[in-house]
Amino acid sequence: MPEKNNKIITENLNFYYGKFQALKDINIKIGEKKVTAFIGPSGCGKSTFLRTLNRMNDLLGEVRIEGKVLIDDSDIYRSDVDVVTLRKKMGMVFQSPNPFPMSIFENVAYGPKIHGIKNKNTLQEIVEKSLKQAFLWDEVKDDLNKNALSLSGGQQQRLCIARVLAVEPEVLLMDEPTSALDPISTLRIEELIQDLKKEYTIVIVTHNMQQAARISDYTAFFLNGEMVEYDRTENIFTKPKDKRTEDYITGRFG
Amino acid sequence: MKKLNKPCRISQLSDKIAKPLLFGMALTAFSITVLIAFFIFQQGLPVLGEYGIWNILTGKSWRPTEGIYGILPMIAGTFYVTFLALAIGVPFGLATAVFLAELATEKTARIIRPAIELLAGIPSVIYGLFGMVVINEAMRFIEREILAGVLPPEYRWGYSILSGGMVLAIMILPTIINISEDAIRAVPRSYKEGALALGSSHIQTILQVILPSAKSGIISAVILAMGRALGETMALIMVIGNVPMLPRHGILSLFAPAATLTGTIALEMGYAGPEHRAALFMIGVVLFCIIALLNSFAMAATRRGVGK
Repeated sequence: MPEKNNKIITENLNFYYGKFQALKDINIKIGEKKVTAFIGPSGCGKSTFLRTLNRMNDLLGEVRIEGKVLIDDSDIYRSDVDVVTLRKKMGMVFQSPNPFPMSIFENVAYGPKIHGIKNKNTLQEIVEKSLKQAFLWDEVKDDLNKNALSLSGGQQQRLCIARVLAVEPEVLLMDEPTSALDPISTLRIEELIQDLKKEYTIVIVTHNMQQAARISDYTAFFLNGEMVEYDRTENIFTKPKDKRTEDYITGRFG
Repeated sequence: MKKLNKPCRISQLSDKIAKPLLFGMALTAFSITVLIAFFIFQQGLPVLGEYGIWNILTGKSWRPTEGIYGILPMIAGTFYVTFLALAIGVPFGLATAVFLAELATEKTARIIRPAIELLAGIPSVIYGLFGMVVINEAMRFIEREILAGVLPPEYRWGYSILSGGMVLAIMILPTIINISEDAIRAVPRSYKEGALALGSSHIQTILQVILPSAKSGIISAVILAMGRALGETMALIMVIGNVPMLPRHGILSLFAPAATLTGTIALEMGYAGPEHRAALFMIGVVLFCIIALLNSFAMAATRRGVGK
């Protein structure tokens, strides 16, 4: 699909939870600085797939993975890969906002701190820059010491995005980032994604097909662990090639 | 429809009985606390009044036969062993809790956890026996063979604050481990995932996100353990020496024999005359107040943790 500058490539990726096969032979090429959306009904494997890209599934124990995941042409499942560096590069935003129970400042400064930045002024700059990038600065600049949990849901999610941006990732993996938010907050996050794609490769899992249509350049449709169809977003939504894709986007199931 | 509207007799009746019954039981629990407080105060307060609260709390000698009732040595003894126990027990217990909640495989946890449960069930007199034959023997060896040159003679018979602290440290381990482990497990998974996704190592995640998030639970664990340590009687009687004297050799005081508030009451009540007896009740009053104070700290700490 995306012709040149592929950031992420998977080859014959299979994924098992114990005996259950959650992903079947996924082959995909995800373009750099593009927004790629994964859509599909619940349990189709789209979130599982997203989590194979920063090895968050490693935490689950009874899992097995076959095939290759290449990021910038290097296999991230090779035994000598440093997971910490990988995860720093592949920032992740979760389904429900998960700020740490600390101040706004500490939340954003957390990442840079664990990666060794100690200078207070530098941290201050990173926090300001990240919050500005996440369109949150104006709302919180006067009380950076306030507990992050006192923010609204939408603000919390933008804070989580700022927290990810602060470690300077190259890819943003977003796992249904707006599913817990109201429409206005959702809109703000979508605008933010449009803005961020200038600098970042964005992969977003969404339940919401309109959202995929609005914000993504490419869309992949997943069903029962298979990637049924992957194409430019306008093609997926106007002239899908597979009957199952058509059934899904026209609302016949899902 | 008719059936629905008709109140079910049995459930209505049981509601009528159950509510007052439950209320009555709750009231009983409350009243017993009040009664205990009342009688201890009733018995102990006259001595406080007669000798003056300040003289008693700061009095350095306890000679009941001569009518001298200073309890500072026992207060000091109790606090020394308690803080020593916390200083040893909290790091150990917390480390174990982190290990069980975050690092141990199911198989390992299945071996360690029952052992800790068992530790919680061992009667304190057994801890006392263990302390006498193992810890005190070891202490005596150290005091006589290694530190003989520096220790005053009365500090060389094994019974000591340090022995008491060590025995207590073991006794409070289950409390610290169980409550902290629960607190650590109660930290939302999403915090952990968020931290790991930012590229934290597992240990960084534990130290910088999970433990701070479990802080209020861990504080309750420490305070409960402190309560347990303050109240412990039997095991300490057996290892601490029961000498109501203020230790005064700086850091060497770790090797000093001492007495605790609880131990003094338990040991002396059997042969106490009327005034002595009242004085022992007065020690009870002091203990009661310390524990009440501690409980209110615990509640405040937990509430602040929740509110945050």
